[in-house]
Amino acid sequence: MYSMSMWNVGRGRKKKGRGMTGKGELLHPGKDLSVLLTSLFLCSPVDCAIKAMVKHEQEEFPNRPDNTAFTQQRLPAWQPILSAGIVIPGFVLIGLAFIGVGVGLFITSRDVQVLELDYTGAVATDPCYKCSDPSIKNCECTMEFHLDTLFKGPVFIYYGLTNYFQNQRKYGISKDDNQLYGDLDTFKSPASECFPYGYDSKSKPIVPCGALANSMFNDTFRLYRMVNGSKKEVPLNGKGIAWWTDQNVKYRNPNETPLINAFNGTVKPINWPKAAYELDTTDVYNNGFINQDFLVWMRRAALPNFRKLYRRITKDEYQAGLPAGNYSLEISYNYHVLSFKGKKKLVLSNISWMGGKNDFLGIAYLVVGSLCVIMSIVMLIVYAKFKFPEED
Amino acid sequence: ELNYQAQSPDEGALVTAARNFGFVFRSRTPETITMMEMGEKVTYELLAVLDFNNVRKRMSVIVRSPDGKMTLYCKGADTIIFERLDRSCKKLMKVTTGHLNEYAGDGLRTLALAYKHLEESYMEEWIQRHHEASTALEGREERLDQLYEEIEKDMILLGATAVEDKLQDGVPHTIEQLAKADIKIWVLTGDKQETAENIGYSCNMLREEMKDVFIVAANTTEGVKQELQYARRKMCPGAAEEPTVTKARAGLFWLKKMETVQDEKVEGEYGLIINGHSLAFALEKDLELELLRTACMCQTVICCRVTPLQKAQVVELVKKYKQAITLAIGDGANDVSMIKAAHIGVGISGQEGMQAVLSSDFSFAQFRYLQRLLLVHGRWSYLRMCKFLQYFFYKNFTFTFVHFWYAFFCGFSAQTVYDEWFIALYNLVYTCLPILSLSLFDQDVNDRWSFQYPQLYSPGQLNMYFSKKAFVRCMMHSCYSSLVLFFIPWGAMHDTVRDDGRDLVDYQSFALLAQTCLLVVVSAQLCIDTYYWTTVNQFFVWGSLAAYIAITLTMYSNGTFLIFTSIFPFVGAARNSLNQPNVWLTIFLASLLCILPVVALRFILIQIRPTINDKVRHKMQMEAPPAPAPRRPVRRVSTRRSGYAFSHSQGYGALVTSERFLFKRPLKSLLAFSIQTDLPLATNQAKLFRPIPEEIEGSQSSQS
Repeated sequence: MYSMSMWNVGRGRKKKGRGMTGKGELLHPGKDLSVLLTSLFLCSPVDCAIKAMVKHEQEEFPNRPDNTAFTQQRLPAWQPILSAGIVIPGFVLIGLAFIGVGVGLFITSRDVQVLELDYTGAVATDPCYKCSDPSIKNCECTMEFHLDTLFKGPVFIYYGLTNYFQNQRKYGISKDDNQLYGDLDTFKSPASECFPYGYDSKSKPIVPCGALANSMFNDTFRLYRMVNGSKKEVPLNGKGIAWWTDQNVKYRNPNETPLINAFNGTVKPINWPKAAYELDTTDVYNNGFINQDFLVWMRRAALPNFRKLYRRITKDEYQAGLPAGNYSLEISYNYHVLSFKGKKKLVLSNISWMGGKNDFLGIAYLVVGSLCVIMSIVMLIVYAKFKFPEED
Repeated sequence: ELNYQAQSPDEGALVTAARNFGFVFRSRTPETITMMEMGEKVTYELLAVLDFNNVRKRMSVIVRSPDGKMTLYCKGADTIIFERLDRSCKKLMKVTTGHLNEYAGDGLRTLALAYKHLEESYMEEWIQRHHEASTALEGREERLDQLYEEIEKDMILLGATAVEDKLQDGVPHTIEQLAKADIKIWVLTGDKQETAENIGYSCNMLREEMKDVFIVAANTTEGVKQELQYARRKMCPGAAEEPTVTKARAGLFWLKKMETVQDEKVEGEYGLIINGHSLAFALEKDLELELLRTACMCQTVICCRVTPLQKAQVVELVKKYKQAITLAIGDGANDVSMIKAAHIGVGISGQEGMQAVLSSDFSFAQFRYLQRLLLVHGRWSYLRMCKFLQYFFYKNFTFTFVHFWYAFFCGFSAQTVYDEWFIALYNLVYTCLPILSLSLFDQDVNDRWSFQYPQLYSPGQLNMYFSKKAFVRCMMHSCYSSLVLFFIPWGAMHDTVRDDGRDLVDYQSFALLAQTCLLVVVSAQLCIDTYYWTTVNQFFVWGSLAAYIAITLTMYSNGTFLIFTSIFPFVGAARNSLNQPNVWLTIFLASLLCILPVVALRFILIQIRPTINDKVRHKMQMEAPPAPAPRRPVRRVSTRRSGYAFSHSQGYGALVTSERFLFKRPLKSLLAFSIQTDLPLATNQAKLFRPIPEEIEGSQSSQS
């Protein structure tokens, strides 16, 4: 509690526990405060007819609070107020700056090319309709598409899922970070969060355990360019699609070579066609927990409609982008989403300095900027009309 | 050097005066009083103390002088003493009355003194009866009163004393200031009516320009009722006969029943003086509302000759029917009950002793500090507390509402938007110190301006800064902020990626973005709420943001992950998302979208409907601060008032003669203690005993 002008109180009287809440009442002058006082604010007859026989002792007051700016609430301070001279020009400047940024963002976003191919096969006319039945295994389907102009590189291929709640809480925690960090103890006994994907029906531990890993996306795509009636495969680059930190810090394979030894006594996740150590047959270093597709999947999405990076097109003549022409996309359809009314799509996109295509930010900046300018005009009118009354 | 520390200032004055005339009070034991009478040591034996009570309004002692003579000395109010005088004093009485009038004219407090010689035989028998009466099991009080009445008659008038009593510094100014702050002031005093009236005039509560000053001094219920009604009808002829009492419920679960008497508008200023007798009737069930209505119509209410209990009753009455916050201020022990009854009790430490101070919430030495307590510190406290509460609700509602919106996007699975560590540290570290510094240092205008414009106090009385309405406003504000704080990141991050094509809308990056937005917004909101930017505020605001960044980067670093693998799973989130320009653009947009409307709204409100605070703050920017109020010179205006120095309660006589309790004290304290009570000249019951200077420490500790 700060001191309350008690510097004349005298000795030994301040520290009596008479704080702000002495009787459980805050000093809160609600409603009309009535002061009841007695007439005894009279200082009695010190200088009555006769002088007091003893001089009042004038020694030090030990409980007197320090007379400093801090204790006496006199700290120097900056006291800004909302004056017209600051607020109105401020709004104009912010508005103009926002409009500028908004225009930049909007143009950038507009220049980003995006091609979305929905291959869920929900409708009978879709080329992948035949594969949408979960009972059909190893189904393949092909989608054709046409590019009118050059699709500028580097081109990124994403798979997109909708109505897929990767952000569901129980689902999100259903993994074992220690296991994914290569801790062999947890290979034998996965964390309890993984339940019911911790052990299979024969009580063998599942590695990698948990619902998140178990539900890994496993459609694969091959892209062909139609040149003079013949198909020419577009090379897809699966390297460097996951975060560097995920690959090098957060996830780690156990220190066993070959990797398969570490997985002795464990089983692969129920939905997986192949075990973790044979995810990529072409590159031994892209297996286990640091498989790029696995890492991309394990970084769970924040929103129910999301896209995840599948491949990049960086090689050969496609470095500058995909030339205009006809393309064919071959899909190996393994992942069924219709049961939860989900959709799957393949997205071709290039990027800008602000990432992928997103008109929202640009438009939002433009709208907020214009609102600021409008607001400043409104405030100017209000200010001119009412003006701050100078008199009391 | 012996220093006599009197119980009351009047007593001190009288003892000092006696010494100066050659009668020095030397020492005191339970049975004796030793004096130096003109250089000669005389020891009186104390036979009985005829205690004070409210009905008797006098007090006596019976002593035996060394030569064996027994004498009764009595002191009391002039009117009471004069009734009990021997016929032979008629002439002296006349002269004394003249003196008393003269004293009263000079504004002195008076006491009349009388004595009576007692016969040995009568005294023996009387003492016997006194002993019987004082040990009686039934009707002790009545029997004692009867005995006292019997002996205290046919006394010889000694004379009268007068003690000057002047107002403290700055009392009228303070009262004026408080009145300007729309604080209603009632005076409750034990003084007699004339004294009270004079004090009223001298401290500006009663003014010549008042239309009328009603005096209620009836002796029957009916009479009091008539006088109150007369006053009310005169002030407000159109008012209904029955008071309008609105009943409401409040408090937790609306369990508390409230009855409120509405204020009624009155043309012109009136004053009301009511004496203790009438107040006793007026405070009864059927008249209390009448009293309250009438009193509330008046600018000034003075209750005189009230007992401590009545003081508390008046406070309770106001508390009950006005739903007002009451503050009681007093310096004497007879104010204790009132100080305890009121919401806020203030004790003035001074010559009347420590009793009031010990039972109060606040204490100071001068009445005029009340204006600093209320107009400066009280106002600041209210402002700070309201800001604190409002901000606390704001930041937590905003925090929580964001989760509510996110629930629609995560399948209502109770997934938190933010990192668990952020949730744990949000209230604990990131947002606690800035608001603490605001609620310690914030002031809309400084103390000088607060004195200059006492009207600044009124928002508190109207509950303007924090009420149900303000709470709802705060909630709507946080609802808006949370919408911005969720949907701006949501829209900005929808289907977007990093500038190298990798993931940016994963849960961890989104959490980091949303929590950074939240923290920036609540910090910015605090900044625009802060009126008074001291270095401490700056340090805490920027320090909290810096701490957030530092803690976040540490928790999301490789090192922490390597040490506690599953505890800090957000490894890399900060590095991978905070280097993206669109993340920062999103944070910037969300912050400004939360803050700018508030700024615009406040600006427009200041222009259209400026509050008194806005006006003073505006003025403060334009002008130099007003000079500190000059210390007013002590007023030496002669006021016509009279009174006598009685503010007793009974019980001390019995305590003195019982010989208990006194022996348990160290001898020096005992000396100091007994001195006061046996001296019939002044018996206030204040409790500050300051004996001989070198023993100050000892006696202080015995009190505390």
